[in-house]
Amino acid sequence: MGLAKRIIPCLDVDNGRVVKGVQFLDIRDAGDPVEVAKRYDEQGADEITFLDITASSDDRATTVHMVEAIASQVFIPLTVGGGIRTCEDIRRMLNAGADKVGINTAAVFNPEFVREAAERFGSQCIVVAIDAKKVSAEGETDKWEIFTHGGRKPTGLDAVEWAKKMVEYGAGEILLTSMDRDGTKNGFDLGVTRAISEAVHVPVIASGGVGNLDHLVDGVTKGKADAVLAASIFHFGEYSVQEAKQRMSDAGIEMRL
Amino acid sequence: MSEVKKSTVAVIDYGMGNLHSVAKALEHVADENTTVVVTSDPAVIDAADRVLLPGVGAIRDCIGEMHRAGLVPSIHKAMAEKPFLAICVGIQALMAHSEESNGVDCLSHFQGNALFFGEKHKDHDGSKLKVPHMGWNQVKQTIKHPLWKSIPDNARFYFVHSFYVVPENKEEIAGTCDYGFDFCVALARDNVFAVQFHPEKSHKDGLQLYKNFIHWDGKA
Repeated sequence: MGLAKRIIPCLDVDNGRVVKGVQFLDIRDAGDPVEVAKRYDEQGADEITFLDITASSDDRATTVHMVEAIASQVFIPLTVGGGIRTCEDIRRMLNAGADKVGINTAAVFNPEFVREAAERFGSQCIVVAIDAKKVSAEGETDKWEIFTHGGRKPTGLDAVEWAKKMVEYGAGEILLTSMDRDGTKNGFDLGVTRAISEAVHVPVIASGGVGNLDHLVDGVTKGKADAVLAASIFHFGEYSVQEAKQRMSDAGIEMRL
Repeated sequence: MSEVKKSTVAVIDYGMGNLHSVAKALEHVADENTTVVVTSDPAVIDAADRVLLPGVGAIRDCIGEMHRAGLVPSIHKAMAEKPFLAICVGIQALMAHSEESNGVDCLSHFQGNALFFGEKHKDHDGSKLKVPHMGWNQVKQTIKHPLWKSIPDNARFYFVHSFYVVPENKEEIAGTCDYGFDFCVALARDNVFAVQFHPEKSHKDGLQLYKNFIHWDGKA
């Protein structure tokens, strides 16, 4: 009995279409976000996160319509991240049916935006996304730093201290991505996941590096994450969300099956 | 041939954010004789057959906006006479008082308060529990009720909240959850039902609860 740990499939969307080749079997149009969201919903996803990588702000209206279409058919929580820079951006996404928005770079350049957003919309819908990279050398005390621009630009900000600050400012949840692990399939950076999860009192979502189901288990048992996010292992049909949940449950983790 | 009865569900809009998901979920389970209206018009609420009070954000703003929009009399009137469902912050709004934002007086339909989980919240084994209580938790149905129809006991619903309600009259508790301790997540009295979770985000069991509400005659 008790609160379940969550599995969150993540989709990149560009101009209202899912990109990065989602390859489910028996879906004719793999790029339709509504179809993809429905599939994950049927598989038992606990939430779905969309990362909007649309380049121009004009096209963001397409994302709003996409969220509206999904929220009309999929009755689980939806998070939209990417390009959220103003309270107006947040209002549009929430009105379209998103439950939470992810704030990333905008938080780094203007932390007050997180405070303003949390006061206006409530902490429950403000997810601060943190991209962290290990900067300590072998043998030194572990240290992680915040990076922007897809992990290319260091900020000098300590990741654990930054997470604590963001929670103070009103973040209701932290989405933590290890830029060292992202795309490697070598598993989460459990060190930074645990360090941040133990440092803050809000839920932490582990992200970056999932290559198999044991990585998801480790994220919770060793990384102390409250939720685990993965993209490619689900997109390419390697594993279903259902299988992932079963494996985590078999490992003794409380899951919604 | 007798004429089929048309009915209306009013979702109260007091300017506190997204009602899209709530309305869509209701429409998803509504039959052709049921109309869902999102409204801030007291006359529409008064005329509706069923009323749903959603809630999101801070309780002080919620209660403030209900008063500012002149909706409080219609809310009380609806609770006195027709099937009424409150969700999330809506359940907290029905209590006498919330300790959020240095204390807020609420609508007092149920006696008791909304309390903060506390940042030092602990699990049974002493490990730290996160606040907000966010995610899917099991709801134990402590009474039989038409709104629990076809929903398994201990089914999981989606929650996101930092405050929880403590009713004075324990007989009004319709469901509980375990998050380090058992706390009330559903209240029922006569034609009023209130839940802390989000049915519109709780997949098939949440939709079932909305379906039950649409067909509820208001009798416990």
